[in-house]
Amino acid sequence: MLEPSILTASLVHGLANGAVYALVALGLSLVYGVLHIINFAHGALLMAALYAVYFLVDRAGLDPYAAIPILVPGAGAAGYVLHRWVVAKASRGREEAVLLVTLGIALVLENLALALFRSDTRTIETGWAFTMVPLGPALVPAAKLAAAAGALLAVALLWALVRATDLGRAIRAVAKDREAARLVGIDVEHVFALAFAIGTATLGAAACLLLPTYYVSPQVGHGFVLIAFTIVVLGGMGSFWGAFWGGLLIGVVESLGGLFLGESLGQIGIFAIFIATLLFRPTGLFGRAV
Amino acid sequence: MNRVANPNRPCFSRRRLLAGTAGGALALAAPAVLRAQPAPIKIGLLHPVTGFLAFSGQQCREGALMAIEAINAAGGIRSLGGAKLEPVLGDAQSKPEVGAAEVEKMNEAGVAAIIGAYSSAISLATTQSAARYGIPHIVDVGVSDQIVQRGLSNTFRFCPGYGVIAQIAIDNLVALNDAAGKPARTVAIVHEESLFGTGTAQLLQKELPARGFEVVEVAKHANPTRDFTNVVLKLKALAPDIVIPANYYNEYVLLARTMRQQGVRPKAIYSVLGGAASSFKFVKEFPDDAAYIMDCNHWYDPRKAAALELRRKVEARGLFYTYEVFLAHEAVRLLADALERAGSASRERIVEALATSRWDGHFMPYGPTRFVNGQNEGARPVNTQVLNGTIEVIFPAEFASARPVFPMPRV
Repeated sequence: MLEPSILTASLVHGLANGAVYALVALGLSLVYGVLHIINFAHGALLMAALYAVYFLVDRAGLDPYAAIPILVPGAGAAGYVLHRWVVAKASRGREEAVLLVTLGIALVLENLALALFRSDTRTIETGWAFTMVPLGPALVPAAKLAAAAGALLAVALLWALVRATDLGRAIRAVAKDREAARLVGIDVEHVFALAFAIGTATLGAAACLLLPTYYVSPQVGHGFVLIAFTIVVLGGMGSFWGAFWGGLLIGVVESLGGLFLGESLGQIGIFAIFIATLLFRPTGLFGRAV
Repeated sequence: MNRVANPNRPCFSRRRLLAGTAGGALALAAPAVLRAQPAPIKIGLLHPVTGFLAFSGQQCREGALMAIEAINAAGGIRSLGGAKLEPVLGDAQSKPEVGAAEVEKMNEAGVAAIIGAYSSAISLATTQSAARYGIPHIVDVGVSDQIVQRGLSNTFRFCPGYGVIAQIAIDNLVALNDAAGKPARTVAIVHEESLFGTGTAQLLQKELPARGFEVVEVAKHANPTRDFTNVVLKLKALAPDIVIPANYYNEYVLLARTMRQQGVRPKAIYSVLGGAASSFKFVKEFPDDAAYIMDCNHWYDPRKAAALELRRKVEARGLFYTYEVFLAHEAVRLLADALERAGSASRERIVEALATSRWDGHFMPYGPTRFVNGQNEGARPVNTQVLNGTIEVIFPAEFASARPVFPMPRV
C-alpha cells in the first residue's frame, strides 16, 4: 500500500481534484467576503453550468475546454443578472433574506433540471479522457492534470483581478466598508452584482474542467457545495488563500482517505476536518478573528 | 321549360341516400363491434428508466414492450377471446421508495400483473407493495435471494438468484483454474453498495476460501462512482490473481477502463453478474477494455432459434441485445402463458396459474418452469468470455461456443 507509485498517484490525484475544489470554493468565498451572504445556490449553479457544458459538447460537438471562453462570460452574465434582478430585488438588502433567496434559487434550478433532463447521470466521451501521463512513478490521467492546471490558472487570474484592477480594488473596498465605498463614488449595487458574477464565472470554468472526468445529474451540486463549505470554513470565511490551500488539503485528504479506508468511508476525513475546525479554530487557517 | 340542375344545390338521389344511411348505420354499429372485443389486460411494466440505472431500466422496458407487441400481433390471449395486453408504464427513478409508490399508481390503474423492477433493492420494495393488493409480480432481473424468501405468494422470479449464480460461478472458476494448472490463488472483489452487490460479495467471500482461494480485498463503492482511481490503486498494490467485479453497467465500464489505464492486469477479470461484462454495448464501445473478460450472468440458450430471432429484431431497432432485454421479454411471455392457462385476468387466478407453471416455450437455458416459493428452480446462469470482439459462451459445455482463454494473455 505504501509503495511510492501508489502513494504518489493517490497524492497527485488528490491535488488535482483539490485544485478544482479550490476554484469552486473560491467563488463561494468571494461572494461571502464581499456580500456577506452564504450562497446556497452555488451547487445548483455549478450543476447548471455542467449541463451547459454537457450540451455544448454533446449537441454542438465542442471540446469541453473550448467551451471555456463561452461558459465563463456566459455564467458571469447569468450571475450578474441573477444578483441584480433576482437576489437583490427579492431580498431588499436584508442579509438573512438573501440567504433564503439563494436557497430558493437552488430549489428552483434543481427541480427545473429534474423536469427538463430527468435524473439521469450523464457523461461525455472525449477521445483523450483515458490518456495517461507518467508522473514520476505514478500514472495520472491527462484530463485530471489539465483540470488542475486550468484551475490553478483560473485561481491566478482571479488573484490578479482582485489585487491589481480597479474592479478588484472596488470589490475589496465594498467588502471592507460598503458605506465608505459608496461615499467615494463606487456604485455598490453594481459591484455586488459583479462579485456575484465573478463567483458564478468561476463555476463556468470549473464545469468545463470537471466534466471530462466527472458526470452531471440534477443533484450533482450537493457534493460540491458540502466540500466547498468545508473548504471555506477550513481556510477562513472570505479568505482567498485560505480557500486555495483548503481546497488542495481537502482534495488530498479525500484521496488518501479513499485509498486507506475505502471509497465509502473515505469521505469521513473531510467532515472530521470540518468539525475539528469549528471546534478548535473557528476562524479557519487563514481567517482573522472577528 | 327545362330545369337546369344547380351544381351548388345539394342533390339527393335515392342511391346516394341509401349509400349515406348505410354508411351511417355502419358507423353506429362500429362501437358495438369494438365492444364485442374483449377488454385489454393491463400489465404494469415497472423499471428504473431514469436515474443511475436508466440504461438498464430502459433496456428492460424495451424487451417487455417488444414481447407485448409480438403477443398482440399474434392474436393476444386466445383463452380470453384474443384479449390484447396493454402496457402501463412506470418509472422507479432508480429508487426503491419511488418503485413502491409506482405500484400504488398501477393498482389504481387496475393492472392484472406487474413485471419489474430490474434492481434487487427496487424489486424488494415493489413486490412487497404489490403483495398488499395481491397483484402478481414477476421479477425480471433482481437477483437478491431475499426477494423470494419472504413468503410472498404474489412474487415469482423467472431468472436465477445470486445464491445459485455465485455457486455456479465458483464451480466454473475452480474448474477453469484446475484445468490451467492452478495459476490463480488470490482474489479481490469489487462490488456496488446496494443489496445486489453487497449480497453477492458476501456469498463469494464465504465460499471462495473453502474452495482454495484467498480473498485479499473486498472493495465497496457507491452508485454512481465517477472515479475508480483509488480502488484500482489498491488493486495494483495487492496484485490479486483474479478480480471479481459485481456492479452495474456504468461503474463496471469505468472500473475496467481504469484498470487498463493504470496497468492493472490480473490473470482474469471474472465477474459474477458484472453489469457490463457480457454486454454487447461494452464490447462494441470499448473492445480493448472488454477483451478476455469473463462473466457468470444471465444468458440465452444460443441453440434456440427464438433467441437469435429476437436478437436480430432488437439489433434492427438499433438497440443492444443485453440480458435486460431478453429477461424482461421472456418474463412477459411467462405471464402470457399464465394468462392463457388461467383463462381469466383476475389477480388470484394469475397467481395460481404462475404457481403451477410448467412453461417450456422460452429460450433461456432453464428447462420447463417450476416455481418453489416463487423461484423458478431450473434457472441457471451461463459463463461467457469476450473473445475476438464478441461474446462467447464458455460454460456449460452443452452449448459452449468457445474454449476459455485463461490466464488472459499479457499485452
